[in-house]
Amino acid sequence: MGGGETRPPIVVVWRLEQSMEPSVASRAQPAATDSGGGLDLRSRPRLGEGIIQALLWMCAAVSILTTIGIVYVLVHEAWAFFSADGASIGAFLTGTTWAPQIGAFGILPLLNATIGTSLVAMLVALPLGLGASIFLSEYASPRARAVLKPLLEILAGVPTVVYGYFALIFVTPRLQELFGKDVVQVYNVASAGLVMGIMILPLVASMSEDALNAVPQSLRQASYGLGATRLETALRVVVPAALSGIIAAFIVAVSRAVGETMIVALAAGAGPNLSFNPFEAAETMTGHIARISGGDVSYGSIQYDSIFAIGLTLFVMTLLLNIGSGLIVRRFREVYE
Amino acid sequence: MILPTPPEARSTGQLPEGAAAQRFVAGRQMIGRVWHSTFLTALLIGILALATLLTTVVNDAFGYVAVQAKVDPATLSDRPLEQLTKDELITILQANISRGLYRRFDRDKPFSERTQQEVLALIQERVTAVEIVRAFGLWESLTQRATIDAEVQREFPGAKLEFRSWLNGRFITNPMASAAADSGVRNAILGSLWMIALTMLFAFPIGIGAAVYLEEYATKNRLNNLIETNINNLAGVPSIIYGMLGLAIFVRGIEYYTSGAFLGISDTNGRTIISASLTMALLILPLLIINAREAIRAVPQSLRQASYGLGATKWQTVWHHVLPNAMPGILTGTILGMSRAMGETAPLIVVGASTFIVTDPTGPFSKFTALPIQIYNWTQQPGEQFRDVAAAAILVLLILLLTLNTSAILLRNYYRRSSS
Repeated sequence: MGGGETRPPIVVVWRLEQSMEPSVASRAQPAATDSGGGLDLRSRPRLGEGIIQALLWMCAAVSILTTIGIVYVLVHEAWAFFSADGASIGAFLTGTTWAPQIGAFGILPLLNATIGTSLVAMLVALPLGLGASIFLSEYASPRARAVLKPLLEILAGVPTVVYGYFALIFVTPRLQELFGKDVVQVYNVASAGLVMGIMILPLVASMSEDALNAVPQSLRQASYGLGATRLETALRVVVPAALSGIIAAFIVAVSRAVGETMIVALAAGAGPNLSFNPFEAAETMTGHIARISGGDVSYGSIQYDSIFAIGLTLFVMTLLLNIGSGLIVRRFREVYE
Repeated sequence: MILPTPPEARSTGQLPEGAAAQRFVAGRQMIGRVWHSTFLTALLIGILALATLLTTVVNDAFGYVAVQAKVDPATLSDRPLEQLTKDELITILQANISRGLYRRFDRDKPFSERTQQEVLALIQERVTAVEIVRAFGLWESLTQRATIDAEVQREFPGAKLEFRSWLNGRFITNPMASAAADSGVRNAILGSLWMIALTMLFAFPIGIGAAVYLEEYATKNRLNNLIETNINNLAGVPSIIYGMLGLAIFVRGIEYYTSGAFLGISDTNGRTIISASLTMALLILPLLIINAREAIRAVPQSLRQASYGLGATKWQTVWHHVLPNAMPGILTGTILGMSRAMGETAPLIVVGASTFIVTDPTGPFSKFTALPIQIYNWTQQPGEQFRDVAAAAILVLLILLLTLNTSAILLRNYYRRSSS
């Protein structure tokens, strides 16, 4: 806002004085009489502009209010739960049974199922997503990319309840055919996890691909110049250079898997079960919240409050994962140029 | 280690020569080709999964059904029932139901006042009682007609086989019903549309306002930094958490307003369309803001400078130049947000959409159901017929989403053409 902006007006005035003196004089006259000599070009405070800016600020502040609301609601109700009889933070975090009817509130069975489904999902989504992203960014011709990438994006746009249907109607019967009906239960962790992996695959693929694409072309050219093959360039030069972005994608994917609800609500089973067998039914944290709040639990009962304690745990987990991924990107990003 | 390094090079610092070098290079290229196809396979598995998913849905939504009637209509009369007169139909009805039941029907509405259609409907409901006893998938129906015929003959001797599209006109226009074959999605579609409309009403102006503030007005200070980080973190919060926020604040906290009690509506609690819409609006706001900011950032700086140069104020610049130019991007982001809200299920379950409801939503303060809720509900039910109804509902949802996304693309192209 310095000298650059003051110069043009002077030029204009000079030109006007030179060429069109009469008209300028007549036009400048009223202004001159208003302010009593010379044009007043100082910016005036404008009430309307101020109000608009305040309104816009309030729009942006809605996001802060949302966060405050989430934290307040979860902590407030969870507090009510922890201060009730028979429920303490210690028992909540270390208890191995979740049975509200006998007053046992130990989150471990639910947490175990959440970790189980997420683990299966990651085993599917990470290798496939990374492979797909390397193919798209390092191997695919522009034409192949233009066809394949949108197809993958359709996968990301399918509502999760449809994935839940797919897990229960298609994947579980196939698992039962493969391993036997007495081994694989109708509701099971493996089926929910597999389908969740498919759901997360496009997320991992597109975030990793962004990271790979951000690696400057000169690095690849240098590698080819030294005689490396395409694969060697991809795995030894491009992937290490984009590692922070890829890891961030993985963490975001984990956070998505932990918070996913509909697939596990439909396919993983209803009933807390502390088991490490992926073919058994086990209810996850999100699945439990959905089942209890969808039913007729009366407000203020200990069971109603308990889902907020689970929600708080879930919120803290996903928040830490998301913050972690942001930190990794900022801290370990390789900056070229 | 997947990438070979020649052992000689490692130990002596020398590269192989002659035939050894050629073998080495050929080996590296071989491995390169193997991994090339591995990466391609990873991508194809994803696409294959998409294809399988769609095939499963289509397979369940169409196919043969075995229809069984308690009494075969052909035994009641030698002409088709539809062609009989009202009196003939009444005679048939009297002959086939108990006298007490007949009298009760007569008391409800005298038979002299009923039309031929209504009597026919009564016969279909009470006498013939046609029901679907078995449903088959599309693939079976097309390839194994003979096996299906034999199975139906064996298990349901009186049943007739007919091809049924579960996605049909009556499915769209019927409300929810307890029998799968009579169920429809009318009130679910209406509920979804009401909810989406209200959601956008809240989220669109706030989202754009926040994006404009952050891009055009905000200076680099702590508070604005906080808002920015906060929006990014909110985008990563699981949707079910938003549902819990909605349950505690909108459904319970301000129930007086969200139930419509302040307008004198007293037959509902806080589990209304407006509660769900407010929750959804908060859920898609981060998405809208992030997309709108990108669109605003893409507007060239020269446009703003030209506007300021002509003496426009900040808001005049934003309103007349920045927003119109950013509109295609903003609208695309908005439609993406709409399709997200359309498919979200978890927050609706927590906020308390009704799973069984036969009336249409009448306004923001009525109870409601939505398409994804119905899909969830039907998928949970035991029995292959509910599975097929769920598949038909999924097709409806996917078609709606496809329409939304196609319109987003068309809109963007249209704007792009008219602005250049």
